[in-house]
Amino acid sequence: MAITYTSGEQVEVYRFSIPATVLIPLAAVFLQAFLPLRFPFFLIFDLPLLVTIGFATARRNPLAGLLTGGLIGIMQDALTHQPIGLYGISKTVVGFGASSLGIKLDVENAGARFLITIFFFVVHEVVYFMIARGLVGMHMAWSWPHELLSGVANAVLGVLVFMLLDRVKQRT
Amino acid sequence: MESVLGRYRNLIVLVGVLFAQVLGLAIQVKRTTPSEPTRLIRIWAVGAVAPLEKALVWTQSSTSNIWHNYFYLRGVRAENRALKAQIERMSLERVRISQDADQARRLQALLGFKEQFISLTLAAQVIGGSGSELSRSVFIDKGSRDGVKPDMAVITADGIVGKVLHVYHATSEVLLINDQSSGVGAILDQTRLQGILNGTPAGELVLGRVMSDETVPAGEMVLTSGGDGIFPKGLPIGKVSKVTPGSDLFLNIHVRPAADLSRLEEVLVVTKIDERQAEPAQTGAARAIDILAARLPGVPSKPENTEKAASAATATAPGSVGAKTPAATGAPKTTHAATPDADAQSKPKATPHDNGNGAPAARSVPNPESPAGDSSGPPSAKKATASSLSPKPVKATVDPKPQPDSPDTPH
Repeated sequence: MAITYTSGEQVEVYRFSIPATVLIPLAAVFLQAFLPLRFPFFLIFDLPLLVTIGFATARRNPLAGLLTGGLIGIMQDALTHQPIGLYGISKTVVGFGASSLGIKLDVENAGARFLITIFFFVVHEVVYFMIARGLVGMHMAWSWPHELLSGVANAVLGVLVFMLLDRVKQRT
Repeated sequence: MESVLGRYRNLIVLVGVLFAQVLGLAIQVKRTTPSEPTRLIRIWAVGAVAPLEKALVWTQSSTSNIWHNYFYLRGVRAENRALKAQIERMSLERVRISQDADQARRLQALLGFKEQFISLTLAAQVIGGSGSELSRSVFIDKGSRDGVKPDMAVITADGIVGKVLHVYHATSEVLLINDQSSGVGAILDQTRLQGILNGTPAGELVLGRVMSDETVPAGEMVLTSGGDGIFPKGLPIGKVSKVTPGSDLFLNIHVRPAADLSRLEEVLVVTKIDERQAEPAQTGAARAIDILAARLPGVPSKPENTEKAASAATATAPGSVGAKTPAATGAPKTTHAATPDADAQSKPKATPHDNGNGAPAARSVPNPESPAGDSSGPPSAKKATASSLSPKPVKATVDPKPQPDSPDTPH
């Protein structure tokens, strides 16, 4: 596992084709809504979040990262009965953070991706928790063991998702 | 200034995007009212995802149907036999239950009670969920074009599921009862304690507002109380799994839902709930007349009426249970009434007063000379016929002492 600091000139920036940019997030949101009905344990995963992190770290553009995260989050919000914006704000922050970190760190190896996913999963949950309780007034309980366990599960899945994303990303 | 904007461009955009979303969120929270129209973004999102989900569910169910209906038929014959036996058992039980229901209806009529009952349901398939642990809702494949409206109850054969929250053209979103924003009026079956059933963030069901000095045993059934105006009274919700002391003076009664909320596939949307008062015609007074009419010797009528009555009896129930009237066969009357055969054959003769259990036909036919047997007779006679289809007189007509002077009783 190697998380190395890189200069702006060293990092490689990737782009995604328009079909991949549109279809992959849509597929992630769709699977997130559909799979838990058949496999309830899948609720522990957040596939749209993994796609957000994957896109952001590959593009390494904070603007693109935050916009991608925001749109995916809003799409996810629209399928819930909660006010639209809870996931949108959380994923905007994650998209911005992941792409900013992608500029600084080499996140091409599996170990780095594993740790980054755990970190941003927790960030995502913290932001969501704060907004849901502070702004919307939802009753929520915070459980560190649950969040960390979910973070690890998502990180494992994230490594696989990032490997799939590697296949469709194009070098600029 | 330009250099500052350029240097912090990303951060400024981030703050701008976040601010816009927070603003949008705040507006939504303030405007959350039942009459608010659905947002366009929700319609777009649901419109984009629902067809994919429908297609996938359709493919899955078609494949499953082909496999189970045409190939995998192992054990079907044995299952068929067992089901037939079960039907026979249940037919017998239904007769007993219908008599109990009849008695309850009479009592309700006496007390002027109004009863609610589900008169129309719509079967729907679950095609998707919210995908979030904090939003427990599902999407069904029926929408406004099918007559679904907000706040309709959604149930399964096992128990209640939730209520319709948002309705789109071809889909609807159903808020499950274990969502934290859900609330259902509930009553405990045995102790008759009432409370409000809420979901928790963890997706559990907790019955609150029950005083802590009450005793609630684990395993007790929890039913809908009807107080919420959405679910009719008496539908199963679940069973008490655990009782813990709650805040203030109330208990926290944990309820295990009767319906498996995590694996929903087909549900029923209650599209119509009727309210009716038990009719006086179903009371004991009307039946007393029937009983008397059945027990007293028939009044001799005109020959043409007799013929008409006889032909009507033959025409309406060819080979029916009437042919096996207790008097004719010498068997006890109630035994025939309870058989599944009698049930099936008597159904076409059901009247508004008939509860459809089929038992009555066994005693509706026998006396061609009696006015009750004449379908073309005066209204009072017709009423007597209709009333005689109710199950109660069965017991009344079982008379161990045959009446020697009765013209319709062969000896």
